[in-house]
Amino acid sequence: MAARVLTVTSGKGGVGKTTLAANLAVALAMQGQRAVVIDADVGLRNLDVTLGLENRIVYDLVDVIEGRCRLRQALVRDKRLSELFLLPAAQTRDKSAVRPEDMMRVCESLREQHDFILIDSPAGIEQGFRCALAPADEILIVTNSEVAAVRDADRIIGLIEAEEQGPARLIINRIEPDMVRRGEMLGIADVVELLSIDLIGVVPEDKAILVATNRGQPLAFSSDSSLARRAFHNIARRLRGEDVPFMTLREPRVWERFFRFVRSGRD
Amino acid sequence: MKFFERLMRRRHEPSSGEVAKERLRLVLAHDRASISPALLETLKDEIVTVISRHIAIDADGVQVTFSQSARETRLVADIPLLAQRGQRKK
Repeated sequence: MAARVLTVTSGKGGVGKTTLAANLAVALAMQGQRAVVIDADVGLRNLDVTLGLENRIVYDLVDVIEGRCRLRQALVRDKRLSELFLLPAAQTRDKSAVRPEDMMRVCESLREQHDFILIDSPAGIEQGFRCALAPADEILIVTNSEVAAVRDADRIIGLIEAEEQGPARLIINRIEPDMVRRGEMLGIADVVELLSIDLIGVVPEDKAILVATNRGQPLAFSSDSSLARRAFHNIARRLRGEDVPFMTLREPRVWERFFRFVRSGRD
Repeated sequence: MKFFERLMRRRHEPSSGEVAKERLRLVLAHDRASISPALLETLKDEIVTVISRHIAIDADGVQVTFSQSARETRLVADIPLLAQRGQRKK
């Protein structure tokens, strides 16, 4: 079966696109899917360090497009998961080196060998975004609860509708349930109502994400039971068509953690 | 007593989350329609002028706003008519 192309985008920078793209790719690969993730942020290569694959890059996306190597040579196979591949961005070039047609051609040649192609879009609505959007079968719009991020997400949704692309689904990132409860943060229902598009996932704020990324081991790999890790895996399952209920976002109580710890020792 | 004070304050001061939602509602409506608040003022003034030519309206009470449903935006003009002679209260 040919792969589905999913573009992860947000408009605003810094909402967690790259971290999400990396963790979703890992989660999909852990669920037995052949996943390739493309860094479309030419000039600001980031996905490689997020995945911990920065030392294994030989060629990049622009080398493929300009014919300096074959596509297969540029794909970096993950050392931990044999079904996970990265197509890195060029670091020394800029976004004008890639055109939407180039991205569509690259994705076409990847379709046969994989189940999921994830594209990590750069921030903004210019050429880099256009390139990331062009080959998309589906779009994952990432936002957090900030006013600016929601506004930019709305703009992106408008652009996608104007291009008649999609469907687009929403991921709300870095939600802090305690702040929402106190009315200090837009809640999930508020953001969904404002943007009026389908929700596919909610990822709670979790310091473990930074710690994992520091080590080049995306949190989705880990065996711990953090809510964020579960959120990544749940989104991956929903992308595969499973009907996974949204989890209750609440910090586990100390005793719950204790029991979980005891149980994990037993398995 | 404290409880009531808190209750009262909450009614007067919306939480920052509520403020964010209200601000966003307005900003998104403007963005989606590509109509700036200034343009909305101009529209309002011109609507008042045109309608006043034919009907007596309360120009100060006119409100031109957006209404939002799903991803559709509507321009809504609320134009109070001046009460007819004899029925006016003020």
